[in-house]
Amino acid sequence: MSVSTSAAGVPARLRTSWRHPATALAMTYVVGPVLTILCASFLLFAVLTLSPGDPVAQLLGPHASDSARAAMRVRLGLDDPLPERYWHWLTGALHGDLGTSLTYREPVSDLLAPRLLTTFVLVGMAAVLILVAGLVLGGIGGTSPRWRPLVNALAGLGIAVPAFVATTFLISVFAVNLGWFPTGGAGSGFTDRLWHLTLPAIALSIGYAAYLIQMTSSAIGEEAVAEHVLTGRGRGLPGSWVFRRHILRNAALPILTASGLTVAGLVAGAVVVEPAFGIDGIGSLLIRSVSAKDYPVVTAVSALIVTVFVVVTTLLDAGQHLLDPRLRKGR
Amino acid sequence: MATLTATLRLRRMSTRRPGDPLLMVSAALAAGLVVLAVIGPWIAPYDPAATDVLAASQGPSGAHLFGTDSLGRDIFSRALTGARLSFAGPGIIVLGSAGLGTLLALAAAWHGGWVDRLLNRLLTLLFAIPGVLVAVVAAAVFGAGFWAPVLALTLVYTPYVARVVRSVAVRQRQLPYIEALQLAGLPTWRICLRHLLPNVAPIVLAQATIGFGSALMDFGAVSFLGLGMQPPTAEWGVMVADGRSEVLDGAVQQSMAAGLCIVISVVAFNVLGERLTQRFGGTR
Repeated sequence: MSVSTSAAGVPARLRTSWRHPATALAMTYVVGPVLTILCASFLLFAVLTLSPGDPVAQLLGPHASDSARAAMRVRLGLDDPLPERYWHWLTGALHGDLGTSLTYREPVSDLLAPRLLTTFVLVGMAAVLILVAGLVLGGIGGTSPRWRPLVNALAGLGIAVPAFVATTFLISVFAVNLGWFPTGGAGSGFTDRLWHLTLPAIALSIGYAAYLIQMTSSAIGEEAVAEHVLTGRGRGLPGSWVFRRHILRNAALPILTASGLTVAGLVAGAVVVEPAFGIDGIGSLLIRSVSAKDYPVVTAVSALIVTVFVVVTTLLDAGQHLLDPRLRKGR
Repeated sequence: MATLTATLRLRRMSTRRPGDPLLMVSAALAAGLVVLAVIGPWIAPYDPAATDVLAASQGPSGAHLFGTDSLGRDIFSRALTGARLSFAGPGIIVLGSAGLGTLLALAAAWHGGWVDRLLNRLLTLLFAIPGVLVAVVAAAVFGAGFWAPVLALTLVYTPYVARVVRSVAVRQRQLPYIEALQLAGLPTWRICLRHLLPNVAPIVLAQATIGFGSALMDFGAVSFLGLGMQPPTAEWGVMVADGRSEVLDGAVQQSMAAGLCIVISVVAFNVLGERLTQRFGGTR
């Protein structure tokens, strides 16, 4: 775990030069996240490669000759030490080579490419739904005390509905009974795809949207009774001016954090929603590969999900840094 | 000293505070659900595994409160029986992560310095891996079942507890009573266990209660994906998955019953956890 020695193992003279603003920024937004991704992917790789199972038997079948098996072991590098195998995998991954699937017997990258688009559309639709519902309803809950109890109750209920429960409910009502949407599949072509992915996107967004509603509502609600806002109102500033300049600006940070965290978690959420709707995205691919013990695919997909998560949260941190001058000075 | 703190705590607890009806209602509901989960298999009217093809896919009726599934099994009995497994998973997850998280948090808060920084790095790393993903990978390595997702989710929930408890423990650590106890010559483990721990315990309780709701959803999701409990086991996530083919034929009772059980339980524990957090003045 080389990450832990970032400050502790360094001589004092060097440590002071690390406090240079540019170096500190690079540490926070480049080196730290990259190390996190490396550590996480190494952990995933190590756990998955050391797990029981014989990839050679999976690839060649039970009737392969001993020499073929031995050749395959060498080709896959199964007898190399773990750090070397990880290095091999990592350099390959950086060049777009993620290994060969044990069940499909195709390069993992060929399996990922078409499915990434499906998952990306699903996650994008869900993100739009979450942001619109979360910010609008949260804004209403935060600004109007009359609606707040209702909004809070709705959000409290929504946060308790897991995506897989929402899935069956939505399919039953809107696909089976009303027939407005298909019961599964991802569709082909742009509009057909959107039509197929509407219910899955709603199922995926409910819990996250409810969380964002809670965060937005409480951030705006807290700011609305702050002293500087009361002062502004007392000085007779117009309500919309106070809202935009004094409430929204201050509430923007926690809202941005909550939005970013929900969007970052969406890909992991797709792992649950995609199989439920029979959508062939990377989530379904992951679940199928887990059942089939297809470790190269599992490693690639899980490393991808972690990378997306870390990149999005890092961008989010950087965004906060740009938005809030206090953070810029404080560091 | 310990007796003094104990007496003070007793007195503090007995002083009347303004009532919190939501706390009472959610606590009663959560307690009721736990009791049902414990005694459920004993009071279920039917054998949860008994099939009756002649009475398959019936709607709710007097004989079958929630109706029957496509094999004619009584859904009410299956939901009641399944409550035990559905609660046992998250229960173990929450106990394990609360224990481990508190231990790490106390060690970090007490020692400070590099221990604190190391823990911080470790938590950042764990935060970067989504919970469902860890559970799924665990199922890939150790095989589907009860323990792989439970242990994986225990690991996933630990940082959430540790972060909150650490922030409270760091504040407590700087209070004069700790120094007084140190000057009195008490061994460190005793101060931590008998004096520091009771003061962070309410926050741990509140965190664990909120965590129980999320763990219930995650454990159900893993079973729903076919990587946790396996059919024909009576468990809520499995039941929601089982009912999916029936939903396409218009029979929603199995999925709905199990889904509602999950939603009601999560709401009860979430509200309880939120009220507890509010009461004990911690941050979420």
